[in-house]
Amino acid sequence: MNLPMSWLKDFVDIDIPLNEFADKMTMSGSKVEKIHHLGAEITGVVVGRIEDIRKHPDADKLVVTKVAIGNDEFKQIVTGATNLTVGDYIPVALHGANLADGLKIKKGKIRGEESEGMLCSVEELGYSRADFPEAPEDGIYIFPKPEPLGEDAVNILGIRQDVVEFEITTNRPDCFSIIGMARETSATFNCELRVTNYQLEKPTNDRIAVEIQNDKLCSRYVAAVVENVKVRPSPQWLRTRLIACGLRPVNNIVDITNYVMLEMGQPMHAFDIRAIHGDKIVVRNAREGEKLVTLDGTERTLDVDMLVIADETRAVGIAGIMGGEHSKILDDTTTILFESANFNGVNIRQSSKRLGLRTDSSGRYEKGLDPNLALACINRALELVKMLECGDIVEGLVDCYPSPRLERKLEFDPTKITALLGIDVDETKIAELLWRLGIKVDSNTATIPTYRYDLEIWQDLAEEVARLYGYDNIPTVVAASSNVGGKTDHQRMEDKLVETMVSLGYSQMLTYAFESPKVFDKLLIQPDNRLRDAVKIINPLGEDTSIMRTNPINSILTALSTNYNRRSPEARLFELVKLYLPSENGELPNEYEYLVVGGYGDMDFYAIKGVVETLGRVFGLDETPQDFSPVTCTPFMHPGRNAGYKNLGYCGQIHPQVAENYEIGTPCYVAVLDFDLLREQTQMIKAYRPLPRYPQIQRDLALVVKDDITHGELSSCIKQSGGKILRGINLFDIYTGDKLPADTKSMAYNLTFRADDRTLTDEEAVKATEKILKAVNEAFGAELRK
Amino acid sequence: MREELMQIKDKALAGMAGADNMRALDDLRVSIFGKKGELTQILRGMGALSAEERPVMGQIANEVREELETALEARKNTLHKAEMAQAMASEHIDVTLPGRATSIGTKHPMTMIIEELCNIFMGMGYEIATGPDIETDYHNFQALNIPAHHPARDEQDTFYVEDGHVLRTQTSPVQIRKMEEGKLPIAIVAPGKVFRSDDIDATHSPVFHQMEGLVVDKGIHMGHLKGALTVFAQTLFGEDVKTRFRPHHFAFTEPSAEMDISCFGCGGDATRIKGCRLCKGEGWIELLGCGMVHPNVLRNCGIDPDEYSGFAFGMGLERIAMQRYNIDDMRLLFDNDIRFLKQF
Repeated sequence: MNLPMSWLKDFVDIDIPLNEFADKMTMSGSKVEKIHHLGAEITGVVVGRIEDIRKHPDADKLVVTKVAIGNDEFKQIVTGATNLTVGDYIPVALHGANLADGLKIKKGKIRGEESEGMLCSVEELGYSRADFPEAPEDGIYIFPKPEPLGEDAVNILGIRQDVVEFEITTNRPDCFSIIGMARETSATFNCELRVTNYQLEKPTNDRIAVEIQNDKLCSRYVAAVVENVKVRPSPQWLRTRLIACGLRPVNNIVDITNYVMLEMGQPMHAFDIRAIHGDKIVVRNAREGEKLVTLDGTERTLDVDMLVIADETRAVGIAGIMGGEHSKILDDTTTILFESANFNGVNIRQSSKRLGLRTDSSGRYEKGLDPNLALACINRALELVKMLECGDIVEGLVDCYPSPRLERKLEFDPTKITALLGIDVDETKIAELLWRLGIKVDSNTATIPTYRYDLEIWQDLAEEVARLYGYDNIPTVVAASSNVGGKTDHQRMEDKLVETMVSLGYSQMLTYAFESPKVFDKLLIQPDNRLRDAVKIINPLGEDTSIMRTNPINSILTALSTNYNRRSPEARLFELVKLYLPSENGELPNEYEYLVVGGYGDMDFYAIKGVVETLGRVFGLDETPQDFSPVTCTPFMHPGRNAGYKNLGYCGQIHPQVAENYEIGTPCYVAVLDFDLLREQTQMIKAYRPLPRYPQIQRDLALVVKDDITHGELSSCIKQSGGKILRGINLFDIYTGDKLPADTKSMAYNLTFRADDRTLTDEEAVKATEKILKAVNEAFGAELRK
Repeated sequence: MREELMQIKDKALAGMAGADNMRALDDLRVSIFGKKGELTQILRGMGALSAEERPVMGQIANEVREELETALEARKNTLHKAEMAQAMASEHIDVTLPGRATSIGTKHPMTMIIEELCNIFMGMGYEIATGPDIETDYHNFQALNIPAHHPARDEQDTFYVEDGHVLRTQTSPVQIRKMEEGKLPIAIVAPGKVFRSDDIDATHSPVFHQMEGLVVDKGIHMGHLKGALTVFAQTLFGEDVKTRFRPHHFAFTEPSAEMDISCFGCGGDATRIKGCRLCKGEGWIELLGCGMVHPNVLRNCGIDPDEYSGFAFGMGLERIAMQRYNIDDMRLLFDNDIRFLKQF
């Protein structure tokens, strides 16, 4: 919302520094975004008068002028303009002047003739002929009447203005107007508000009829007719106010509708009555597929949920959004119909969205306007018609207003208000603050003006009181808390996981939860795999972010790929991610928490497996030789280098084809763990086991077995056959080579034997070792290496 | 015998002085004190002396032995120190060579900022709460007093999934879920990811983080809200930071406010640093939105607004992290470049 200070002063007397005004308005709820000093970039342009024009001796298309700039000072200026005559008053940019486009004017010689500045067109001052219709099509701007020589030309043109830009919250549509901001100014500074009561036209005429067919979408329609219209440019004071608010002047009639909209907040429209057949306005739903060419020359296709303004036969405008091309005001328009109506905000927003057409008008209706505004605004428009002498008002107007909006009454209980705000203020003061806002208060009722439909409950009144009392004046209370705050076990486990991963050398990444459906192909996931059954985003930013991830591999590989392709020699990353799987019967999708770890560079399978083992230990999981087992069927994993870990997840090398799909030219390794399951199996509080009191006995066994026997199988068997006194199995060497028969390997284990209640004898250890040898021989044909 | 002892002593002392390494010294020790050592031999011959001579000679022999032992120990010390010094001289290394790399990972800056904020609020007695990323329309909007067609829905460009569910546009639905549990009083903060259909640029991301706060109890008023948030801001940004509460509008609070903090760049005095970039010359930086919980919201969660009141607040975390760690482009946070991550 742009508020020109000069316009505001029509309604309130406010004379304080601009910064102070902005601060106080901000603190009372109208946040100032920016203060614009329009025209401030233009300096050194003054009013001059042409004294003499002579031909340039060396250039056919140039003339040399002598310009008076006051105080008997004269400048010689060379120009190419052809629209000048002696005696014209014109804007002169003197030596050192700055113009709108950043151009700096310097004196110099043009084809040998001294030129001490530049004569300006409106374009050089940053405007166009739409803003200054009296300006010539191509040439220097000539002031319509003599102006004081040497005065600031920009000021005289009315384009030097202070405009305060406010951020208006959606609950305050009433503030999208000069008067709305004047009301806020008056309440903030406790100064008088001057609102003119415009002469009301009698509420009937028979020149035109109005029928509202859908009063849910149109609660009021006011129409007035003006005859003998003379369409021409508006006066400068009106145009510069529109310009200051960012609107382009068009002609006097259109400018009046815009002026009223800016001043009072009510969008208006003017139709050329020639286009309205039967002299009747019908407000109705559009017919499905009905077509209308709007003011901007675009043909729009409407649907039944859109509201149109029509005559007896066809639509002449889309209600509240844009008028029709064929009913617009033309230079030869003689009779017009002013519309000041109230349309349903939600409907306007939806229609505007479907049409892809947002206008100043629709933007205002969307927020919900007070229907009581409509009559005052049409009267203001008619007053301007008189003031600008642009036509004869047909007496009376049509006001179709089936169910008028009434003033709302709210419970008023000052003790509740002060209790909610935590302030100690008496009832009279509270009533006075509300009074400033036009809210009338008696013993227990507050009467709300109809333009403040946002005030619905007593808490809303509390906010009004608070903002005028000053949020800063509410005493700050730091309450001693009796709450026991903190984290849940779940949250503490997340923290522990992050700490552990960090200490293992992995850095935490942050990935998007949505991805492309193409990732399934990249990950070699078959068409019938249920991983492809993802939660789809109906309105994604693009295909690349259109489904919720069902699997964390794409996230980690994308991050590894980024680093690989930026030539980082190695990367170790992890994240605790969410996965999303669809659910049935309209329930929320299921969300699962997973740890994903990945890396490349100076790494192998056992590095990633070591991470998983450490996590198992940190989270107090049981360790058994069966914890890891080969998994060959995960589509995106290397079939020979992938292990499942308990029922919790897997770790291994990424399938080389998948790595290639992600443009990673080096083996990369990942681990994935179901964090929800991990949490269930975790022992967060560990029980101490006494340190061994009796010595242990160590035995080394080198077992020769067939190549395809795994450590898992072998150690499992050792463990089972070793008995209670076997306390440790440590694989310390694997040998293959000439010294062994073909297709065999030697697995060397260091075994630890110990008892808790006595010193073990060598015999016991020997006996246990023999038992183990027998068992592995029977199970795998293992022999002691000789 | 006395002469013999003196001879041994002189010879031994001379030998010690001449021994220039530990080994020679040890050999000398053995030749004196060893089983066949000269002194040992002599002492062994004491038995042959007369009863009168024995104590006299015994005393002399002991004196000689003690003197030699002391001298030997002294010489040993000297030689040991010399050898250590020599060894150290040869052990000289280039201490400016790099240390052996110990690989340690890093937490993501967003995790760090969330931890920091959570710690502040936990110290004030708040619990940490969480909720699902995909929410019902009811929890994300309706229960928060944002009915269908409410303009606030347009301000938050929402991602929709099947069945009318949404990717939560704010952490506020966690408020609703907490209140629905029905346990009062409540003091929570809820950090988490939120989703809005914004294109990615230096200051926008379709995924970002918010932290929501909610306190519900009997007799909670706006002074409590100001108190809690001022303490929070001063703990996070330092005691000198000033706070300012401005009226604002949110559907789920009434009255509503935005809290600004004095600019870190210019210290709140925008005139001090001309054209302060951080606050654009305003002297204040917008930090969070807050307000007293709207009675409709309490009622939606089965809490009687005549009996209970509360305050709520919410803030974006990326901006705080970016300011904290001097990060100038939000995309870096989601880019996962190890060279970036390793800096934290």
